[in-house]
Amino acid sequence: MAMPEPVLHARGISKFFPGAIALDDVELALYPGEVHALLGENGAGKSTLIKCLTGAYTRDGGTIALSGVEIDPRDPLDSQALGIGTVYQEVNLLPNLTVAENLFLGRQPMRWGMVDHRRMKREAREVLRDYGLDIDPGRLLDSYSIAIQQIVAIARAVELSGKVLILDEPTASLDHDEVKLLFSVIERLKGRGLAIVFITHFLDQVFAISDRATILRNGRVVGTRRLADVSQTEIVTLMLGRQLEAATHHRAHSEPGELLLSLKGFGKGGSIEPFDMEIREGEVVGLAGLLGSGRSETANVVFGVVAADQGTAELRGRGLRITNPREAIRNRFALCPEDRKTDGIVGDLSVRENIILSLQARQGWHRPIPRAKAEEIAQHYVKALDIRLASLDMPIRLLSGGNQQKALLARWLATEPELLILDEPTRGIDVGAHAEIIALIEDLREKGMALIVASSEMEELVAYSSRIVVLRDRRQVGELSGAEISTKAIVEAIAAEDAA
Amino acid sequence: MMKSTLKRVMPQIIILALVLAANVLVFPGFFNIEFQHGRLFGNLIDVLNRGAPTALLATGMTLVIATRGIDLSVGAVMAIAGAVAASAVVGGAHWTLAVLMALAAGAACGLWNGLLVAIFRIQPIVATLVLMVAGRGIAQLLTEGAILTFNDPGLIRLGAGTIAAVPTPIWIWIAVACAVGLVIRRSALGLLIEAVGINQTSSRLAGINARVLLIAVYLVSGLCAALAGVIVAADIKGADANNAGLWMELDAILAVVIGGNSLLGGRFSITASLLGALIIQGVNSLILLSGMPVEFNLVIKALIIIAILVIQSPRVRHSLYLLRASTGPVLRERPKPAPRTPQEEGQS
Repeated sequence: MAMPEPVLHARGISKFFPGAIALDDVELALYPGEVHALLGENGAGKSTLIKCLTGAYTRDGGTIALSGVEIDPRDPLDSQALGIGTVYQEVNLLPNLTVAENLFLGRQPMRWGMVDHRRMKREAREVLRDYGLDIDPGRLLDSYSIAIQQIVAIARAVELSGKVLILDEPTASLDHDEVKLLFSVIERLKGRGLAIVFITHFLDQVFAISDRATILRNGRVVGTRRLADVSQTEIVTLMLGRQLEAATHHRAHSEPGELLLSLKGFGKGGSIEPFDMEIREGEVVGLAGLLGSGRSETANVVFGVVAADQGTAELRGRGLRITNPREAIRNRFALCPEDRKTDGIVGDLSVRENIILSLQARQGWHRPIPRAKAEEIAQHYVKALDIRLASLDMPIRLLSGGNQQKALLARWLATEPELLILDEPTRGIDVGAHAEIIALIEDLREKGMALIVASSEMEELVAYSSRIVVLRDRRQVGELSGAEISTKAIVEAIAAEDAA
Repeated sequence: MMKSTLKRVMPQIIILALVLAANVLVFPGFFNIEFQHGRLFGNLIDVLNRGAPTALLATGMTLVIATRGIDLSVGAVMAIAGAVAASAVVGGAHWTLAVLMALAAGAACGLWNGLLVAIFRIQPIVATLVLMVAGRGIAQLLTEGAILTFNDPGLIRLGAGTIAAVPTPIWIWIAVACAVGLVIRRSALGLLIEAVGINQTSSRLAGINARVLLIAVYLVSGLCAALAGVIVAADIKGADANNAGLWMELDAILAVVIGGNSLLGGRFSITASLLGALIIQGVNSLILLSGMPVEFNLVIKALIIIAILVIQSPRVRHSLYLLRASTGPVLRERPKPAPRTPQEEGQS
């Protein structure tokens, strides 16, 4: 089919960071009424490209043409005014204002010098109806689900810009039905002739909604494909530059070792109901359940992030009280938290400092880890976990999500833990890093480490868990082990109590 | 290590050089140093000497600000420490005991601030505001509202005496700064303080005892303020509860900011803050030497400081960076362990 003029045509885009080339001669053409997926591993340059297009970064080379006219957006507001709207994974609106206020912020309809609230609400309702939403725009934004907030954000972006819409991981925190809702909105916008850039790690979603895809690897375009013409494997191969190993299957585990930790009636009022749990060396206990079922709460109470107010804990048969993370670490526990950014990384510190941080904290302030030793430890894990970075001295916040996650794993592995608790270890990271982290979990288990892994990815849990604890409404509702383990069994365990 | 420190404080060194050069312009004899009556005299010595209180406060303040806090009470703590030392020697105590008592008072004040911030989780600006207001009242109670004068030669020597011809306050602030700097950088404290300042939640989960660290930095700040208070009191041979250390907290914060330390916490440099303190004192000296009417002093100081801050602002820095970048290749500084090049990556 003969393509019309591209709405947005970026050519020769380059971006250098000190010591690294982030984008190298990248071309991206978007046509009206198409959904264009932007694919690549973490660190491939997707976000950098978006930031160059929206002016969040100053590009070091290349041109951007919007409807045939060359543009040079100074910042995201500028690019929005020109016609390029962006919606991020974390909704960038004001949760304490109403939906209507969020939609019209900065361009409120006025009447006698005052904001005309009634008109604003009416117009908001009309606008949102175009997006298939029938909600009360007078209510506060945060009284609605993330999916609805997401759509409000999209509506705002489209109303303000109207030519190109960039969706950066919009579905990362949505459930299945919410994704469907979002896709219906995308379809409508497609019908209105918008060019939509869709960034995600979920390949199924790419194939479900996108027309074409541009694949980036190491800052270069390795291909642009019409999705009707290619297979998933081909796309993944392009992304990784190598054949993906066959998906992980549930393999027979070696026999677990000695009993490490035994919790009885362990719990915290208002956070997680009392539960019993035993974990042995060389065992992975999976925590399964829906969002808010108490997975993270379980992980947190074991690590002392919130102190348990009931129950007893025994470590190798000896009594143990864990009231804060420091005590947990002293007993060779480790926890990789769910939210990397707020609870994991220390953004402005270097990758090296981040990796040795827990080890240093445990050693105490008076016994500093010498620079050479720190370098050696960091270097070791960078190699072992294949963390991609320009330099150990760069601030960790500049690493991509998957590499940040690996650096956090490195921080904990450096403390040589006996019990490693991972909360959503694979959330928001790309296929390559995803497979590596799963392989790492299995490797650690085989080496005799005890692991507790909380995850919303059931297939993943099934693949590596020795036992799976199922949670619902902040309560343990079942435990599966050995041959019982399957996604079907987990779902049944979650649903079982619904009847009651 | 040395090289990176030098690079970090280069802007401050340049600004200080400019300020000193301006001093020479208005007063050509600025760099002259004379030796009289067993003491060095000169404007440069004055800058180092008069800058002692600000330098001491800035040392403690740097650590507090690195944890994303602030200590507004240091001026009031100076007044308390001065009052404690003065009433002790007036009451017949030996001057060393008086100094120890003043330090203990400073430590108590710091501990109080630290507890409010670390345990009760009150915002630092509010928590230390309490003592900023109440502290001066406490000092006034100690001196019973009058200027409490004393004649103890030992105590006076701390403010007006010399050691090896150099005024004692200079020795004191340099010694304190070196001691604090060494302890911080030779131990892991610097890293841990920065981690807490950048992300307290992550730091706690990584096993850092943020509470103890927070209390410790306010304690150090209180001790530094107490020393500054003793020096100021010794200098005028009396404790003036109304004026000792008045508005000094602002100079201290300013010194830290001129030192390029972010008020949002994190990375810090005590050296840069000390240079900041000297820059402020240099500006004070410039205004005095220029013979400008005193009414202009504060306005001129404000203008000079605005200029310094604008020069250091991210926007101006970025322009300077671009200016430099346009004259040389951007990728001058390749880190030593060569990153995997795209080519290698593609083949693997």
